[in-house]
Amino acid sequence: MAELRALASIYRRLIGARIRAQLEYRFSAGLQLLGTALLTALDFVAIALIFANVPELGEWDVAEVALLYALATISFAFADLAIGHLDLFPQMIREGTFDQILVRPLPSLFQIVAADFAVRRVGKVLQGIAVLVFALVALDVDWTLGRVLAIPLAIVAGAVIYSAVWIALATVAFWIVDAIEVVNAFTYGGSFLAQYPLGIFARWLQGLVVFVVPLAFVAYFPALYVLGKDDALGLPEALRYASPAVAVATALVAGVVWRNAVGHYRSAGG
Amino acid sequence: MADVIRLDGVEKSFVVRAKTGRLRRERRIVRAVDGISFAIERGTIVGYLGPNGAGKSTTVKMLTGILVPSGGRIRVAELDPSRQRIELARRIGVVFGQRSQLWWDLPLGDSFDLLRHIYRVPAERHRANLERFTEVLGLAAFVDTPVRQLSLGQRMRGELTAALLHDPEVVFLDEPTIGLDIVAKAAVREFLAEVNRERGVTVLLTTHDLADIERLCSRLLIVDHGHLIWDGGLDELKRRYGQERTLVVDLEEAAPPLDVPGARVTRVDGPRQWLSFQRDETSAAELTAAVAARARLVDLAIEETQIEEIVRRIYAAGA
Repeated sequence: MAELRALASIYRRLIGARIRAQLEYRFSAGLQLLGTALLTALDFVAIALIFANVPELGEWDVAEVALLYALATISFAFADLAIGHLDLFPQMIREGTFDQILVRPLPSLFQIVAADFAVRRVGKVLQGIAVLVFALVALDVDWTLGRVLAIPLAIVAGAVIYSAVWIALATVAFWIVDAIEVVNAFTYGGSFLAQYPLGIFARWLQGLVVFVVPLAFVAYFPALYVLGKDDALGLPEALRYASPAVAVATALVAGVVWRNAVGHYRSAGG
Repeated sequence: MADVIRLDGVEKSFVVRAKTGRLRRERRIVRAVDGISFAIERGTIVGYLGPNGAGKSTTVKMLTGILVPSGGRIRVAELDPSRQRIELARRIGVVFGQRSQLWWDLPLGDSFDLLRHIYRVPAERHRANLERFTEVLGLAAFVDTPVRQLSLGQRMRGELTAALLHDPEVVFLDEPTIGLDIVAKAAVREFLAEVNRERGVTVLLTTHDLADIERLCSRLLIVDHGHLIWDGGLDELKRRYGQERTLVVDLEEAAPPLDVPGARVTRVDGPRQWLSFQRDETSAAELTAAVAARARLVDLAIEETQIEEIVRRIYAAGA
């Protein structure tokens, strides 16, 4: 416990330093932030355009899809803030800077996570929150305490699931340094999958995001719970409450994968 | 226990896959370190030398816990580096010449502050160390400058400070003077000598610069092809293999190889000639005078013996 507190304090200092460095260029940081907010806003415009043509998407109306979209986007944006710099990881391996991490008295994954914090990505969070507000206003939901709490809980669990999946995928770089494009296909493609009702996708894709890479637990199952909707896949109701547990499990799996990957690096020699 | 570093029969092999046909790949095992044993006494400065690809940096990576050895036994500060990486990290300092451990965008001083927290150095101790290093290395002039704006020499002073602030027992330095100008090189050497004398820090230094070794190292280890081929003092090495030096002269015009007593011409390239001589038989000054008496001299330089050359001579003598 004391060890965790110490790590949290070091994390705050390292991230604080990164943010200070970025704020040296306040104007540029502000512009970038605005830029990402506008760019991701276009994302939702695309969904709005679909609804201008059809009233429902897989039996979900526009307000319901907005909730789904908001949960997926905010989770993704938090994960992106915390570990989006993972896309520089293959470069660290190639240039040998990962060695520098191994001679510091901290866990290697902790150092990778604490290496950066991209202020400009806050724009994506803001855009997600705007859509969430729209969804909450437009929805006709019977709000209970459970449903209210489900929203922040889903966001935290979703961010953890995204982060864990990215970390596990990033370890590919320990074997194949130039695999980052494949990894990006999964991460950014994954964020797309989570924004839409699961029922509209092909069967094999549904199976993939429920059982293998658990992205269905980022937004789809929590949204089913909040909206009290029927599951198009007909899966057990318990899955609607499972996101926090799935988040913990994915994080543990990612931790084991990371350990093994670093072990491989240290015995094979980069 | 006086030995702070100890290696017994340490090995490291890598699997290299090479394409041999359109689809066929060949697996080949390369022994980068092939049974190296030595021990280093606490408080000494040891030079670890060898040509590129000899197994130098692989050894240092094993000693610092980055790589796990494929065989043999390693102890650094009584710890097993591969199993006790984090514990070891607190007790050693590492400077890999070309890579920075500092925060690029931040003022140099901020890096020191972050490192204090990473290494959990008591505030009082940190302040005392930083004060001392600031004084010796003259850091005050650029401690508020972002690292990316520092000159190479200033940055290296920052790197050395960063590696020593947590009172490590052993520091591993990989080419710490590479690319520095003469003044900065001298400052770095002076600092290392002082840290060693004042704090008893053990230093393992890999370098190509023989002047670093001359100034600092009481003992030399030379590796080649993964084997230790020399373990001893610099004086003895020089007496046996380092007597030969080369005088490079630029003449006004191309000439046949000069006939100068005590030297022989090893290479001619237009007006430039390379003359090898034994430093105990003749001096560079005598030789220069002799050359000037025979041809019009434009410029001259003395080439120190390169480590690659010494390695070649050790082999030649052993064969």
